[in-house]
This record gives sequence, structure tokens and C-alpha cells, in this order.
Amino acid sequence: MNKKISFTFDGKKYSGFEGDTLASALIRNGVFLVGRSFKYHRPRGMISAGSEEPNAIIQLESGEITEPNVRATEIKIYEGLNATSQNNWPSLNFDLGSVNDLFSRFFPSGFYYKTFMWPPKYWEKYEYLIRQAAGLGRSPTKDDPHQYEHFHYHCDILVVGGGISGLYAAKLLAKANLKVLIIEQHPELGGQCLNTDSFKTHEVLIKELEEQNNKDNFKIIKNSTVFAYMHSNYLLACQKINNAKIRQIIWKIRATKVVLATGSIERFLTFDNNDRPGIMLANSARKYQNHCSAKDIKKIVIFTNNDTAYQTAIDFFYKQEVEVQAVIDVRKNSNGDLAKKAEKLGIKIFFNHAVIDTKGRKKINSVIISELDESLDKAIGRSKKLSCDLLCVSGGWTPTVHLFSQSKGILFYRESDATFIPDKSFQNEISIGACNGTFELDEILKETYSKISGLLTEFGKKIDVKSRINSEKIFYDKLKHLWIVPSNKHFGRTKMFVDFQNDVTAKDIKLALREGYRSIEHIKRYTTTGMATDQGKIGNINALGIISDLSGVPIHKLGTTTFRLPYTPVTFGAMAGRHIKEFFDVERTTPMHQWHVDCGAKFEDVGQWKRAWYYPIENEGILQAVNREVKATREGIGILDASTLGKIDVKGRDASEFLNRVYTNAWSKLDIGKCRYGLMLGDDGMVIDDGVTSRLGENHYVMTTTTGNAASVMSKLEDWLQTEWPELKVYLTSVTEQFATISINGPYAPKLMNKLCPNHDFSKDNFPHMSFQNIGIDDVHCRVMRISFTGEMCYEINVPSSYGKALWEKCFDLGNEYNITPYGTEAMHVLRAEKGFIIVGQETDGSVTPIDLDMSWIVSKKKYDFIGKRALYRSDTIREDRKQLVGILTKDPNEILEEGSQLVEKITPVPMEMVGHVTSSYYSPNLGRSIALALVKEGIKKKGLKIYAPMPNKAIEVEITNPVFIDPSNERLSA
Amino acid sequence: MHKKPKKYSIFSLIKNAFSYHENWQPVWRSPEPKNNYDAIIIGGGGHGLTTAYYLAKNHGLTNIAVIEKGWIGGGNTGRNTTIIRSNYLWDQSAALYEHALKLWEGMSQELNYNVMFSQRGVMNVAHTLHDVRELKRRWHANRLNDIDCEWLNTKEVKEFCPIINISPNIRYPVMGATLQRRGGTARHDAVAWGYARGADAMGVDIIQNCEVTSLNVNNGQVIGIETTRGSIKSKKIGVVAAGHSSVIANMVGIRLPLESRPLQALVSEPVKPVIDTVVMSNTIHAYVSQSDKGELVIGAGTDGYTSYTQRGGFNIVEDTITAVVELFPLFSRMKMLRHWGGIVDICPDASPIISKTHINGLYFNCGWGTGGFKATPGSGWVFAHTIANDEPHKLNVPFTINRFSSGELVDEHGAAAVAH
Repeated sequence: MNKKISFTFDGKKYSGFEGDTLASALIRNGVFLVGRSFKYHRPRGMISAGSEEPNAIIQLESGEITEPNVRATEIKIYEGLNATSQNNWPSLNFDLGSVNDLFSRFFPSGFYYKTFMWPPKYWEKYEYLIRQAAGLGRSPTKDDPHQYEHFHYHCDILVVGGGISGLYAAKLLAKANLKVLIIEQHPELGGQCLNTDSFKTHEVLIKELEEQNNKDNFKIIKNSTVFAYMHSNYLLACQKINNAKIRQIIWKIRATKVVLATGSIERFLTFDNNDRPGIMLANSARKYQNHCSAKDIKKIVIFTNNDTAYQTAIDFFYKQEVEVQAVIDVRKNSNGDLAKKAEKLGIKIFFNHAVIDTKGRKKINSVIISELDESLDKAIGRSKKLSCDLLCVSGGWTPTVHLFSQSKGILFYRESDATFIPDKSFQNEISIGACNGTFELDEILKETYSKISGLLTEFGKKIDVKSRINSEKIFYDKLKHLWIVPSNKHFGRTKMFVDFQNDVTAKDIKLALREGYRSIEHIKRYTTTGMATDQGKIGNINALGIISDLSGVPIHKLGTTTFRLPYTPVTFGAMAGRHIKEFFDVERTTPMHQWHVDCGAKFEDVGQWKRAWYYPIENEGILQAVNREVKATREGIGILDASTLGKIDVKGRDASEFLNRVYTNAWSKLDIGKCRYGLMLGDDGMVIDDGVTSRLGENHYVMTTTTGNAASVMSKLEDWLQTEWPELKVYLTSVTEQFATISINGPYAPKLMNKLCPNHDFSKDNFPHMSFQNIGIDDVHCRVMRISFTGEMCYEINVPSSYGKALWEKCFDLGNEYNITPYGTEAMHVLRAEKGFIIVGQETDGSVTPIDLDMSWIVSKKKYDFIGKRALYRSDTIREDRKQLVGILTKDPNEILEEGSQLVEKITPVPMEMVGHVTSSYYSPNLGRSIALALVKEGIKKKGLKIYAPMPNKAIEVEITNPVFIDPSNERLSA
Repeated sequence: MHKKPKKYSIFSLIKNAFSYHENWQPVWRSPEPKNNYDAIIIGGGGHGLTTAYYLAKNHGLTNIAVIEKGWIGGGNTGRNTTIIRSNYLWDQSAALYEHALKLWEGMSQELNYNVMFSQRGVMNVAHTLHDVRELKRRWHANRLNDIDCEWLNTKEVKEFCPIINISPNIRYPVMGATLQRRGGTARHDAVAWGYARGADAMGVDIIQNCEVTSLNVNNGQVIGIETTRGSIKSKKIGVVAAGHSSVIANMVGIRLPLESRPLQALVSEPVKPVIDTVVMSNTIHAYVSQSDKGELVIGAGTDGYTSYTQRGGFNIVEDTITAVVELFPLFSRMKMLRHWGGIVDICPDASPIISKTHINGLYFNCGWGTGGFKATPGSGWVFAHTIANDEPHKLNVPFTINRFSSGELVDEHGAAAVAH
């Protein structure tokens, strides 16, 4: 506590002591004006000492480590800390925006819905100014240098809150040898107890628990806020570390049982001008005074509706330099122990009185008090002025039921002290202490003991009776709730703030009700009460009370707005954790990847895969490189790394039947050793995948899928198997990454195969198209398929992944004399387009049937059923005027259409009637001209027709043709 | 019959300021339900309220009621990320959403209620060659459908949105984007309130806290409803109850092809203006804009399971934020302030149903999935036409419920597939 620390606020240097929060350090220096409100730019000071703070929010630091909207009440000062006030210009002290306050009568809640509509189209100009005025702090403008981590933790019991109930619970639980985690949002354990002089038991508890920390299944995490309570007792906490590298950790906790000991938040009172710097929650003021001596605080006034604030009066009374002017209590009297004690000490108490106004623009200097009438509706008699430097306010206490409510527990409204408390649990949790509406210390201890005792029984354990602790009992008299403190002004002229940050006043709520916004949700949205960065931790209950008072609807019928995560704001970076930059998404590469890199290949992202796109030599552009690769494939040998294609091993008694159901064609009669191409449809009859499947044995197949769809096809197949066809005995295994696939294409492909495996007969009679053979190359077992996606003689060698690169390199060694050329995905696209082969996801888009692709030949008419069959034969899906796959040739052979271009039959002014679009388009070096594939309405019938591709600057004339541009009779396959 | 509401303007605001704003009228009345209406709209969300508004305004039907289970605008109208655009791929969708966009452009003046429609542009970012192909296809289709749309290359993307990360070294680099400048955002609640005010002024009864418990049908003709506030007769009933449309359809044995799934969204703490457009990325799953208040408004895809619980899994939120930080690294130190979930009702083809049924006088408008907010005025316009004339408007002919049996889908999912 003694170490002096210097820091800067708004450019001015101050000093505080180690352990100070920024708020307490500023108070120590007599700085109470720390911010400006959102709308009226009213001068504001800290009103609390915790995470409920609406006013004291600042921009912390600058440059790459800046953070907007930091609560000064939560941040511990460190040497050199640099904070700046927000939302003011030119300065906090002299803020031009405060002119809004003078004209505030013209800006009631929702004023923006009623104006800025003239002239029409000018909204965006008004909006520009509104946006400049809105916002609070400033977003960082640079990359975040820090790192964030995610940790997982599983435990028997999670105790949320390290106040007295949480500590006591943790101790009782830890003794029973359960795995216990306790999380505290502040850097120190102790909660409210840290402010008491008389009760010291917590110190013993803290000492015991700290000694046990990280031993015997017991763990304490401090400086961490549990911000979300999800289903199945899954909770999330954010820990602030602030070490050099790692800034925050998100803890993902799964607990068998959750003990909520989250305490309570003091309430404010709603009176005229209740927002001046120097007006504070009574208990927070007490915390500050116990912690640090505020400069320039000589006279204080306390305004309360309950007994707890008397402790503040008593604490201040013992401070020599401070004079307690008076306690203003709205109640008729109090028999509470603390009130009696204050009276005995000679503190002046005005019962049946209220603070009805305050004075002092940038710092309170006096309060106006007045007597109240019988029903507390009116200020009567002569008002009195009391000068003061600090006004401490207490409106009672609100149990912190946020997490309970997030867990979907149901709240009960307790009329006696106007609190919502936990009623029915939805998940496996209990609430203890103040968050359960139990405020008195001895009762908290009793409740904790009995509830933990019950909890231990559930775990088959017994409580240690010797651990029982008690406290001296304090009697608190009843509070009197007074949602709107009377004023002697016209209500319309008062400024009684409910939501401080958003500048929502009691009269705004009245306006909302008058205008018919009656649901609590409508009022929240119309007035924005509870929507500021504090999310209404202080204000919401007062808003409810005021609504209830004004509308006559009892609070329990109004209900609360939904408690949503997060409890306090959570840093984006923390939520992202390490899953950014290089870890954003898995980068899948093939066994030959490094070879492609070394070769200078350009890559394309296909799903998570990095695929070689083309291999430029020297200064080649994409077109030159692709032309070269395409020509080499048709004239010599082209070699493709096809390892990324999805491969699924299909095994089991019903494997053939399974394939019959998932593909449109028939599989039962496929001979072992043969391959077959299949089309897979969705249940809407549309093509979703294609690929070649080979029959390895009677009940064994290997299916290939498209690269991008491998995972979704696999999960769809599993879905069907597991949920629709449990009777089928079929087992699926993804083997994509187990095999490298090398596709050798071109007229010299058989020659290379002979060199790779001299003893094998690659003649077309022995090894026909659409078959596979198991071959040993250098003693490595390979599965070679004769299939083709280029229209050339092609052998696809599947080899265990670890041999992929070696075999790939061997192909180059042996294929040199045939001008073996690696080709990438772009050349692959050209080669297959020359042959009119489709690519799922390019020629299809989820709205294309096999019939549309002119592939009816692959749809079995005989099969009883397959996925999509019923949908495929719906009246509109078999219509002949649907869009169909065709070829497209531009009039100008050098014109390459843009993929995605739309096609029209007639050029008209827009809107133009479109008949289709270009799905694929390339330059074909083999044809010496451009080619394209397209889906065109009734295209199959319209071959030969001239149509147009209207581009922004011109219309390109094209002709509809057959989609097969090269070798329609497939002679090259058996050349 | 009803007093015309007093006009909102800067003058009325000033005038009322001098009487402490104590003379403003309710924006809508809270009447008791009558025994009989010419038409009943079930569901007081944006689409239901606009339907009532246009029934009264375009078709002269003023003896009508909107029946709302909770509070108006409390469903997806008040839970979305307020993005408005009409750059849809298919002609049918483009026509419908463009009609809506045109109505948005005059909405504040039409309603005399500022819905804060802000045409700050909507950018759809491409991250792969496949994205480029698909987005260019959409761009060309929009162009020829006379819907404003531009293609931006990477440099132009950066110029339009300077804080976006266009480094070629990120996992999915920005390869371009489409931009619809007329797209933007609006104040979602205001849409419900503004239309409610307009409808109420023409005599429409807006009845909140009133749950429909059954539909009464006689000889294939709908004759009324039972509610928690008594029975109400009507021969025309339009159901606009989002995911709960299935529940109501079930009351008369109709099965709707809807799946209801959680969709989550969140806002950051408010900051001074930092992003002045709407950025959407399908590939890395996130979209972001900044509200007038200064909050970043962020959303993503749906959770992968069906549910009526207005919350989803945290992993989805995490993924969304990750994507946002990836695309906008400077947001790393910003904080999530508030998170919420809604339930979206999705048809198999991701297009809505705006349709008659085989029961006379019973109409459904649902299945808007994740895109209903932007369609709000257009949806009400065509649904009102359908109810008033017992015939669809030409714009909603394609959105008949029969398309699922005939196969004429309007598949806006596009292909989930990516290329070889």
C-alpha cells in the first residue's frame, strides 16, 4: 500500500499508491469530474467502486495498446498509466457538447424518431453529425500486440464469487475433498468483508484457502469475471492477466454443480440532479474513504431509504477531517442497530426527509432537503440547504442474479425489499448469500452452511460440523422504497437520472409510457435505459420501480428484461483467442506440397486445402502458364496432384445397396476391380456431389468426392446411415489424408507407367478404362485407377501418403523425355471444360438436376429409389424449359467471357430478361480459341442460337453449342 | 373514426418541449379486441404490422386487427442486425427485395416516423476464386435486373472501407467485393413502431399480450380464432408468426416445410465512428456494421440445430468474433457488450412462403430465414395484396407454398459446394 505510483489523467500527472484503482487514485487527488454523459454531456464523476460503474469510463493508454470505455473503478493503477476522458471536446472541463444539456428539453427520449425527416433524403447528413456526437471512446487503430488464451477446466463445483459466502462455501467444500474452483472478479478475495472492521473471519478463510490453492483439487482464479452461464453448466470466465505477452484468458468451465455467490449491487435513488460529480453510492463512498483519504472532502451528507447507509455515516464520523452533516432518511424512523448507533454518536438524522435537489455544476457543493408528506409523494414544508462535498446515496440492494437468470432460472419478486431473487433453478446450481437476497452477515453464514451441507449430501459427503462459523447479529430495520423522490419543481423540469451513461431520466420513462410504449422491452428500447456499457446494473431496478409507480402495474407483473451475456463486456481478442492469423483455419496441404512451393507454384484455396493453381516459369502470367500446361498434357504428359479429392472407404454387408441409395445410378452389378462415376443428389433432387467409386471387393468400395465437399458428403452419408437406414450394415471411413493421388495424363501416360512398373501389362486390354489394379512400384503398394478427367489416357496412382512425394519426384525423373509437366487446378479446369465435364459447385449451384446437365443417362430408371428421386420427378423439376448445360462460343475467338456473366437473347434497356449464365470460361490452347460452359434456359434445344453476354461496356455475341469441344467420341482415351 | 395522429416534426418537438412533452399522444392505442374483423393478422412483428398497414392503405380494409402474443416487434424485428439490401441472385428474389428497398427509401416520410434508413452501402467480400465467380455472377444479374451493384477489386475495397485487412497473407485474403450503395441499415424497432402508428391511425386494432390458441375452420373456410382474450371472428386470417407459423399451421393440420434455428448476434461497446458501411463475408462467416450509437453490430450464420430457445452455442459467437478480428485486426481490443439470440424460420430453399393455402381465407407469410428484416415493407405490401384479393401479387407468385411439391424452388442457398 505504500508504494507510490504516478499516472496521468487527461495529460496531467498525479500520484497514487499501489492497490489503488484509477478511480480511488483520482479521488485521492481530489479529482471527481472524470467523464461526460453520452447525450447531454453532463459532468460526471464515479458513482460506484466496481463493475457497475456507468460514469467513470475512460480511454486507457494510446496507440496499439489503447482500450476504449474502461471502467476507472476496476483498473488498478500502475506506473506510467495514461488515461484520457472520453466524449468531450475540446476538454473534459470545458465541453462544448454540454450545450445539449441546456437544450435538453428538446431532446427527450426518442426525439430522433420524430424529426430529421425533412428534407427527404437528408437523413444521412443529419446522421453524419449524430454519429460524430455519439460513441464514447475511440476504437484502436492498430493491430493488437497482445495474445489471448483459452483454457478449459472441469470440476465438481464451481463457486462464483469470493465474498464471504463464496469463501465459506469453498472452505466447506474443499474439506470434503471435492474438485473445487472458486472465481473472484477482483484481484483480492473478500468482497464486502474487506470493508468491515469488526468481522475478521474472512481473513482466516482467505489464508486457509490461499494455502490450499492449486493443491488437493482446489483452485482459486482471481481477477476473473464469470460472464456467461450457458446450458449444461457450461460457464465462461475472462481472466485479466496483464503480463507482457498474454493479456487475458477465457476459462471454459464445465462444473457438476455451480454455487453462485455473486453478491449484490447497491441501488441509487432517483432525485432531481442526482448525477453530479461527488454523488456516490453510500457503500462505495465508504470503500473509498476506508481505502484512501479524499482530498477536499470536508462535509458529507447521506441520503438513504435503509439502514445500511448508516455504516457509511459511522465510518465517516470517525474520520477526523470529515464532518457528517446529516443523514437524510425517507423513513419515519428506524430501530436498526446501525441507525441507533449513529444517533448515539450524535449524527444528525432527518427522518421523513429527502434530498430534493443538488447544486454544483462540476462538483456537488450543497443539497436541498425537504420534509415529505405522509405518502412520500410530495415535498412539504420549507426546504433547507445543506452544504457538502460528498453526497452518499443508498436506495437498498439488488441481488446480482445475472448468472442465475442467464442459466434460465426463474426469479421471484420479494415485495418487502423490492428485490428479484432466485426462485426455481433450471440447471444444477444454488445461489447463496446476497445474490440470493440474504444480506445480513450471520444469516449469510447460516444459509451457506445449511445449503452446502445439503449439496455435500448430493455428492455423498458429510459436512464438517467443526467448520461452523457465526457472526454477531445486526438488526436492520425495513427499507422503504421510494422510486421517484418528490421534487418541488414541475416533473417536466426535473433531471432525475435513471440510466446515467445514456442520460435517461424518470421523465423520459414517463414519456415512453404516455406514448404507449408500455412493455418493459419497449420502454428499454425507446428510452435506451439499461443499454449503456454498464447494462443497467444500477439503473434497471429503478427504471422498473418508476414504470410500476407511473403505470400502476405491480413490478412482478412487469417482469425484468432478459439478462444476457456477458455480465461485463468481454474483449473480442479474448474471445478469438489464438484462432486468428496463422491459426484462423487449418491449412491442409498434400504430401507433395513442398515440391509445388519449391517449383514456384501459385496456390488457390479450395475449402481448407491449398491447391497448386498454376506453375509459372520465369515471367509467365497465368494465361501463358496455363496454356503451356494444357498443351503439354494433350501432347506429352501432364501430372496433377489430386490428393485433395475426398476419399471415403465404404465397407460392409450392404455397401452396394448403400451406394444404390446415395447415387443416382446402379451399383450392384459393378464388377470387382471396376470403377464407376456417380452423381449424388440432395433430397431436393439437385446435384450435390460427384466422383468415381471403385469396387475393391464384394463388400468394399472406395468413393471419391469433390475436394470442397468431402467433409459435408461424409457427414451427410453418416446422417443417412445413422438416422434413416440403421438397418444397413455399412461402415464409412474417411481416408482422404491416408493416400496421395497422382494423376498422370496424356498420350505418353502408358509409357511412363511402363517405366514406373516395367513388369506390369498396361495394355488397354489388360487394363481398360474405368478399372483399377493393385500394383507395386518399388515395393510400395499402389492402387492405380484408369479414369480420366481430362479426356486423355490417364492413370491415377493412389499411394500411401508418406510415399507421395517420392513417387511424384520419381515420375519427373522418368517422365522427362515425354516433357512431363505439372499442371494446376486452372489447367485442370480448362482440360475438363474442353471435354464438357462438369465441376460440382461451378456448373451446379444447388438448383441443377442431372437432367439439366443432359446426364439423364446416369439416372437409373429401374432402381426402386435413391436420394432425391421423388423430388427429381416433380412436375417443375422435369420441365423441359429449365436451364440446361450447354457450350458457348464467342463470335470473337479471342474474347474470353467472364465467369458469372449473364446471358440474354435480346439486348434491351435494363431490366433485361436473362436466360442463363456462364459457369466456366477459358482460353483453350488446343482449339486456339475461347470456350465456355453455361446454363441456358431450354439450351439443349437452342444449340446454334446466337445470344449475348451484356457487359457493362459492351454486349458480347455468343453461340450456343454442344458442351464437348474436343474428342467427342473419346478416341484419345484408347489411343 | 380515429383522430389523425399529430405530425412529428422539429416544430412539434419544439412545441411540445414547452409543455414538458406532456401532450404527446400514444403512438398506438391498446384497444380491447372486437368480436369480428374483416381480417386478422396473427403476429405483430414488422411483417405483420406492414401487412396490416398496407391492407388499410392500399386496399381500404380498416376493420382489421393485429394479434400479438407478446409485445410488437419483439421477435426477429427487434433482434436482427438491421442490414438492408436487394442484391439477390435470382430474379424472383431480386424483384421482391428491390420492391422492399424502394419502400425503405421513402419509409420515414411515408410513416412520418424516422426509421433512420441509412444507405451506407453493403459490401459482400470474396475470399476465394469460387467466391469471386459467385459474386460476379450476382453482380451481373443485379446489373441486368436494374439493381445497383458494383464490383470492387481489392484496392477499391480498401478505399471504400479503409480499416479492412487486405493483406495477401491472411488465411482467406480479400479478393474483391460487390457493393450495393443503396443498401444499408435502419433502426429496427422504429420500423415496427412506425408501421404500428401508421396502421393504428387508419383504424387497425393492435392487440398485444394476446395469444392465439386455435383456428376455427368450417367447411374449408376459416371463420375465426380463439385467443387468450376470447374468440374473434374473421373470414380472412393472415399468419405472420415466423417460426411459430408452424405451430399455428398445425392447428389446422397443415405442415409447413420450416426449420427453426437459433441465430445469434451481438454488439460491441459504443465507440466514435470507425466503419462507415456494412461488410459481409460468407466465407469466413461474419458481418459487421456500426450503429448510429457507435456500437459495432455483428452477426453470422445460424446454429446447426433446430430450437425455439432464443440462445445458441457460444462456439458460434466465438467463431464470429474470430472472423471479425481476422478481417479487422484493430477490433481486437474492442469489447462485446451485449449478445442475443433469435429464432429464424428457414425453408429448404432459403426463400420465404407468401401464400394462400387450401383453406379459404387462410394465408401464410413465413420462412424468411436470416433475411426477413430487409424485406419487411415489401413483404407486407404483397401479403396485403394476397389477403385482400385472395390472389397473390405478381411479386409473390413464385413464393407459393406449392413450390415444394412442384419443385419450382427459388434456391437462395446457392451451392454450398466449392470447386474441385
